[in-house]
Amino acid sequence: MTFIANAVQRSDNPRVQSTGPSSLDSSDRLARNLGWFSIGLGITQIVAARSLSRTLGIPESENLIRAFGAREIASGMLTLSLEKKAGLYSRIAGDALDLAVLSTAVKEDNPKRGNAAMALAMVAGVTLLDVAAALGVSRNNARDPHDERDYSDRSGFPKGVQAARRQAEDADEKPVKALSPPQTAFSGQRA
Amino acid sequence: MKALVWHGKEDIRCDTVSDPEIEDARDAIIKVSSCAICGSDLHLFHNYIPAMEPGDIVGHEMMGEVVEVGSGAKGALKKGDRIVVPFTIFCGECDQCKRGNFSVCERSNRNKAMADKVFGHTTAGLFGYTHLTGGYPGGQAEYMRVPFADKTHIKVPDTLSDEQVLFLGDIFPTGWQAAVNCEIEPTDTVAIWGCGPVGQMAIRSAVLLGAKQVVAIDCIPERLSMAEAGGAITINFETESVVERLNDLTSGKGPDKCIDAVGLESHVSMGQPDTILDRAKQMVMMESDRPHVLREMIYVCRPAGIISIAGVYGGLVDKIPMGPAMNKSLTFRMGQTHVNRWTDDLLRRIEEGQIDPSFVITHTAKLEDGPEMYKVFRNKQDGCIKVVLKP
Repeated sequence: MTFIANAVQRSDNPRVQSTGPSSLDSSDRLARNLGWFSIGLGITQIVAARSLSRTLGIPESENLIRAFGAREIASGMLTLSLEKKAGLYSRIAGDALDLAVLSTAVKEDNPKRGNAAMALAMVAGVTLLDVAAALGVSRNNARDPHDERDYSDRSGFPKGVQAARRQAEDADEKPVKALSPPQTAFSGQRA
Repeated sequence: MKALVWHGKEDIRCDTVSDPEIEDARDAIIKVSSCAICGSDLHLFHNYIPAMEPGDIVGHEMMGEVVEVGSGAKGALKKGDRIVVPFTIFCGECDQCKRGNFSVCERSNRNKAMADKVFGHTTAGLFGYTHLTGGYPGGQAEYMRVPFADKTHIKVPDTLSDEQVLFLGDIFPTGWQAAVNCEIEPTDTVAIWGCGPVGQMAIRSAVLLGAKQVVAIDCIPERLSMAEAGGAITINFETESVVERLNDLTSGKGPDKCIDAVGLESHVSMGQPDTILDRAKQMVMMESDRPHVLREMIYVCRPAGIISIAGVYGGLVDKIPMGPAMNKSLTFRMGQTHVNRWTDDLLRRIEEGQIDPSFVITHTAKLEDGPEMYKVFRNKQDGCIKVVLKP
């Protein structure tokens, strides 16, 4: 990242010498990786639906795999957006569908049931990652509803609101015409 | 030096970067003593503002001590001067600067050609913002170069603390300009959408400018409590209808003046279907900004009223009800703040004790904690309304 930052910056801007702590935490990074994985998997499912369905021993499900691919792409985009929590939960829902379909493929009469079982195990593993990322993102970005602060003592008016109102009345604050020259002449040299 | 650097969406890092140097005779270098995270920094954090580049130093609310002065700025500044730096960079000499329109300075944007293409005409250079506005390194850093420093500064006296004067560089004059643009009359009801830092300043400004009634709209309890402390009647849009309540408060006439202190990231709520549609369109790049507040202001504003926009918008908005706006004879005023147009007056008000802008600070942290504080501020955790960082 340091190389990219320095490569794209104007030559007269400061150079990044070493990079420090980021606002992205581990669950954000995991969510980002899962988002890209989702899009990659979705494209693969759409492009290679026929070979995937045959590999899994469910040739009749070719169109279903394509539909799942579209769903993966949509979930991936959502996961890569600021609404990543919604994206991750949509991925978990999608994982449940995948697991349901793959479990029907792991049956005695499917000659490719070994492949289906392996796919089932992989989806289960990814589901665990999705759950971990969703919980992490939810926890780290949550606003504690019980953590309300009372700022009713912060008026900003050292003499109080009523004094500020009285002052406005006494001073007969004239509205400043927004398009007229500045109310106060600019000096730039004050104090 | 240490600085907060933008590396991509939601990725701000506290990096070690090379120190700034004097590049032009009118430059100065300041040692930053205090800087703040602005609501509009969150638009960068969320990557809603185009033309950011990895390696950009962010931050446009800063102040500090002058440590180096270019030969062309020596008449106006000297080493040791304590200055607040306005977020708008201005030359003080072009036609717009002579009119006091500093935020549309014709000479300070070093990427003028890009701005000309995108905006039609260039606007001023801004610190720590998009390359559309010059791509100048910002002030969430230990040191910062100030271009056109002989003009781009506000000298502040040692008798006032950093916390009292820091916001002269942005949010205080931004709230003030939003209120001034309303041409407030003593009989006016001024409604302000958004009780973040700019909204809080707009509330106090409307009070100081003599509004009869100030109404503040938000959904975060601590922001509403701070708004109420400043003299506003509050509306929690999650629990009550904004339109109905505003009409109730104005005998059915609607607020005379409306201020948008929200901008392009208005709250998405199940109770407001247009906000959900905006969010979906924003996600697939069919719309860059979410203008729910604009729609609501146009609908509820009293005919012949004024709509003043202080919240930042970045690009394109959809479904703006121009029919009602035109037929109701509404006046629209908006723009980045002409900071130095207002600061002499506002500094006087602080010195006289009319207002103390430090009321808005809820969190003070070290610069190194900046990346984490971006998230705390964005998520409104821990009662956070305004973060000040100390390099």
